[in-house]
Amino acid sequence: MLDWVTDPFASPIVQRALVEVLILSVACGPLGVWVLLYRDAYAAESISHGMLPGLVVAALAGAPLLLGAAAGVLLAAAGIALVARDQRLGADVGVAVCVSGLFGLGGMLALSPDSPPRLQELLFGDLLGVSAGDLAVAAALAGFVVLALAVGHRSLALVGFDRAASPSLGARPLRWELALLAVLALTTVAAVQGLGNLLLVALVLAPAAAALSLARRLAAALALSVALAALAGSAGLMLSFHLHVAAGASVALCAVALALLALLAPARRPRLAA
Amino acid sequence: MTPGVVVRGLSGGYAPGRDALRDVWFAAEPGQIVGVLGPNGGGKTTLFRALLGELPIRHGELVLPGRPAYVPQTERARLDFPVSAFDVVLMGAYARTPWFRRVARGDRAAAHAALERVGLAGEARATFGALSGGQRQRVLIARALLQQAQVLLLDEPLSGVDGVSAARIAALFAELRNEGRTLLLATHDVRQASDWDRVLCLHNRQVDFGRPVAVLSPETLRETYGGELIVLEGGGRAVGVGHHAH
Repeated sequence: MLDWVTDPFASPIVQRALVEVLILSVACGPLGVWVLLYRDAYAAESISHGMLPGLVVAALAGAPLLLGAAAGVLLAAAGIALVARDQRLGADVGVAVCVSGLFGLGGMLALSPDSPPRLQELLFGDLLGVSAGDLAVAAALAGFVVLALAVGHRSLALVGFDRAASPSLGARPLRWELALLAVLALTTVAAVQGLGNLLLVALVLAPAAAALSLARRLAAALALSVALAALAGSAGLMLSFHLHVAAGASVALCAVALALLALLAPARRPRLAA
Repeated sequence: MTPGVVVRGLSGGYAPGRDALRDVWFAAEPGQIVGVLGPNGGGKTTLFRALLGELPIRHGELVLPGRPAYVPQTERARLDFPVSAFDVVLMGAYARTPWFRRVARGDRAAAHAALERVGLAGEARATFGALSGGQRQRVLIARALLQQAQVLLLDEPLSGVDGVSAARIAALFAELRNEGRTLLLATHDVRQASDWDRVLCLHNRQVDFGRPVAVLSPETLRETYGGELIVLEGGGRAVGVGHHAH
């Protein structure tokens, strides 16, 4: 049994993949908790899709793909935030308008004869192909994400709990809503190499959903989300090794399975008042 | 005596060139409770936003003894947020706590004391969303107490709360008045407002301000509420209608 667990991690390739998912767990877990508390899950899904034109343009221009992904995600985040400021439209319309447009633009560019042949890897990731340089970039970005969430923790809590009263308590709602989207964008960039921009959403949202359904307090939910994301990442790599399936997809499925198990578990949180 | 709140000729609004509230003049002294009456959309919350510095002011002047504390309607807070009653009260100390420091021991003790003052010392660890509406309102008032503000702005604090909580809250208002704090209470309930020291009637502009006995006449209330008013002539009482949760 022990061999079944340790064998996959004997290879340096899988060891690097494990380090990558552990690094991403530290950023993705807590970020996912905030994303769910701010009801930004749809935005999280869409921002990762919105980076497609940035990736393609970077590939066509010969620029680093990470740079293209960052530009695409920041463009999508800014567009969503701007459209969502109009309260008649709201965040969902902002996401639909911006992401549909960007995804269409990315598709048009990707269908050109000069589109890069490895574009698919950036959509679905290549967890087993991460290099030491990729790990360093992921670690730096994840470190920044964790620091940003720590700095903004109290303001995010004020705005998320009671938006109307938060300015009187010292937090500016729009600033922190935009900041959360920007951090989400950064995390998306950090995770794209390993998990791909279509699968990384699972590592952001699923462990957070599980943590929020199990924990009664914010601090506990944030800590638990890291542990569950790391568990999903490790279990996903093991399953990938033994079942010979794609590593990124395996990690994503394990994260979703954990969320389902948590939702099916007996309720830990108290029943809300009417 | 320095007035608690002075508003001189206030006009302002969010939309460019359109005032949501205009020509508001009043002064509330320390230790006074002012009922702010008006129909939905009449400018009660807009006035609070102006006093909190969140409303673009085009004309007029505000004088306040420091930043006011705001107590919103309880249903505006997220009930599914994973916080305890104590966590919520502690939010009142966030503005004076650097992000890298734990909330000071003194503030934590003050948060417990504030919960005790509103009669919820035993519910400190209870999840906020699991409390009753009246208990949640008392937690939000305890949070305002922790802000140590001289002026408290309360948005319909007695609306929809149970009898026990209403009695507790009314007793607390009396204590705060005796401490010299100024309270502005937005309400639809004319009968409630008649118990307070001053009444400010708004209908996108100031209709009247003064002692309840002078202000709460059927004529003033008709002007304040327009068609949303029933006047009970027999008892000389007027009741605002069109009451609903925001």
